[in-house]
Amino acid sequence: MKNTLRQVFHSSKFLVGFIIFALILLTVWLYPLLINPGNPLEMIGVGTFAKPGTYVSLYDAVNTRTETLRLPDADDKRVAYLLSDADRVAMIEWFGIMDIDVSELDATDTDALLDLWFENYDPAIKPKGMTQARRNFFKRLDKSIRQIRSADTLKVMHPEEDELVERSSITKTDYVNVGDVANVKLLPLGTDNFGRDVLKELVSATGTSIVIGLIAGVVATLIGLTLGLLAGYVGGLVDDVIMFITNIFTVIPSFVLLILISYSIGQEQRGASVVALVIGFTSWTWTARSVRSQVISLRNRDHVNLSKLSGHSLVRIIVTDILPYIASYVVMAFILQVSSGILSEAQLSLLGLGPKTTVTPTLGLMMNWAMLYSAHTNGSWWAYFPVILTITLISFSLNLMNTGLDQVFNPTLRD
Amino acid sequence: MNEPRVRRDFSDGPLCLSGRGVTKVFGLGDKKTVAVDHVDFDFHEGEFVSIVGESGSGKTTLSKMLLGLLNPTEGEILFQGKPRDISSGRKKREYWKGIQAIFQDPFSSYNVFHKIDSVLLDCINMRGGRALSREKKIEMMTEACSFVNLKFAELTNKYPFELSGGQMQRLMIARIFLLKPRILLADEPTSMVDACSRATILDMLLELRNETGMTIIFITHDIGLAYYISDTVYIMEHGRFVESGPADKVILNPQAAYTKRLISDVPKIHEEWDLSTVDLKAEE
Repeated sequence: MKNTLRQVFHSSKFLVGFIIFALILLTVWLYPLLINPGNPLEMIGVGTFAKPGTYVSLYDAVNTRTETLRLPDADDKRVAYLLSDADRVAMIEWFGIMDIDVSELDATDTDALLDLWFENYDPAIKPKGMTQARRNFFKRLDKSIRQIRSADTLKVMHPEEDELVERSSITKTDYVNVGDVANVKLLPLGTDNFGRDVLKELVSATGTSIVIGLIAGVVATLIGLTLGLLAGYVGGLVDDVIMFITNIFTVIPSFVLLILISYSIGQEQRGASVVALVIGFTSWTWTARSVRSQVISLRNRDHVNLSKLSGHSLVRIIVTDILPYIASYVVMAFILQVSSGILSEAQLSLLGLGPKTTVTPTLGLMMNWAMLYSAHTNGSWWAYFPVILTITLISFSLNLMNTGLDQVFNPTLRD
Repeated sequence: MNEPRVRRDFSDGPLCLSGRGVTKVFGLGDKKTVAVDHVDFDFHEGEFVSIVGESGSGKTTLSKMLLGLLNPTEGEILFQGKPRDISSGRKKREYWKGIQAIFQDPFSSYNVFHKIDSVLLDCINMRGGRALSREKKIEMMTEACSFVNLKFAELTNKYPFELSGGQMQRLMIARIFLLKPRILLADEPTSMVDACSRATILDMLLELRNETGMTIIFITHDIGLAYYISDTVYIMEHGRFVESGPADKVILNPQAAYTKRLISDVPKIHEEWDLSTVDLKAEE
């Protein structure tokens, strides 16, 4: 046993897979415990899909003690943020509509561009053939451009006076230390459509999905192993009956069965564990078939005959003389069942047949939400890409472990 | 080789295992293979019987039927004069107290996950020694091991794969020594071990027979070995017994062509090896 384990961990493929999987498990365990406790489905944001980054409370920033810093490139950065290259192209397009000669104009010369803009832009002008949407675009552009030329100081008014009283003013050279601001929120993966922290949700979903995969894998492996051992060892009529049932389950596409069962259970009853059980009960067939064929090749071995001659019972022969010989195979089948259980859950949930949506997030549900709120069309990659990556990583690590085990236990596969 | 031993005639002794029209057919229709074809035999108590035949002649299938691991398609096997009844698990276990086996391949005869002790302890338990004290059990196992020139102290807590092939096969005989069945079925026990171990193992089998008076059914492809060791010889070809009788009669004065061929196929040291009887067409 000890030697087998040493041999298994000597396989680099298994080791890499194991490390990836262990890191995922460690994150699932430690992240909510140490870094970000709380309900993963808490809606912290109003509005959808805040992009990844650090969020600083504007209100608190105003009230934080300021330092004056004269940074040489501060103006350039401000201009670059407020006036992108696309905006410059749009400004030149406006000049074209106004029949202004721009052949002398350099698009990178911000001052010249702005001067020309303030001379020529008037929101009241309605150029021929321009849509309302396009005119609104130019109005927004104008508003953003005017901020560049606004005064160096912003006034903060007192909120409780009837007339406008200046409380403080902010200049362009005022800086606050982020560490001093009372409320700073780091959202490494932004928020999703409901304004929930995607990273927190993802970590919790990964945990749930792995549990679903484990439950499905245990159920499928137990059913498949029991039926396979009985069919293979006992043979005869028992074998015929079990293989008849197994073949029926093999012929019915298990995913269709899965969809039908999930649908008939109903959204309310579908907890994560119910979905896991449903997946387990529909995916045992190939374990049963392959265990059976392994057992058939073992049951006429001399050591099994000798065990029979020693008067051992059927159960004892199966457990002590057959099972240890196929144990490595069963472990590999179990790993694949876990992996396919996680994928099945993702597929089911993507179709809207996963666990109910209000209790726990799963990887499939996150994909489902991202799809329903068109994260893929509005460019909110953070709502679905990390989920895909996580599913891939889990699946990859499990399959890598399986391949590593295969190479350890089938020396002919070693390269 | 030494002079052949003094043989005894068992033909009048009590029967322990006999068969009438025993047949085993594998497969159906076109794939039908008749492995054992209506064989009759009478094995007597204390007799050393050899069943000789080439590969594929049905020797092992017959031995599995004798052991009760396979059911005959047709025919009847009688155990101690009465029809054998192994219809239930309990009856089978009772039957196996009287008949045991040594298999051809010692390397596959052991469960590699169990230590050697458990193989021997199983035998003691089977003989009703479950309640014995630990010291008594160790004493019995030590005795059994010393019978086959093994030291139990060196073997205890070892796994079967840590032993050589010859040691494993001798341990199998130690197992038989503990079980002391009425019948021992040895299915080519010497074919996977080297020549030195082979002689030791054969001597141990003979000693076992002489001490306990058990019947030994020895299955081999080597007619020379059968002549050296057995009282009675059955020659098997394509699932049938073509010749049977006392070893001296069958081998020194063979009647069937197949027996003559088997005898001439034995390589000899002091004369040229006669290959003229080899049926090349049959070999193809």
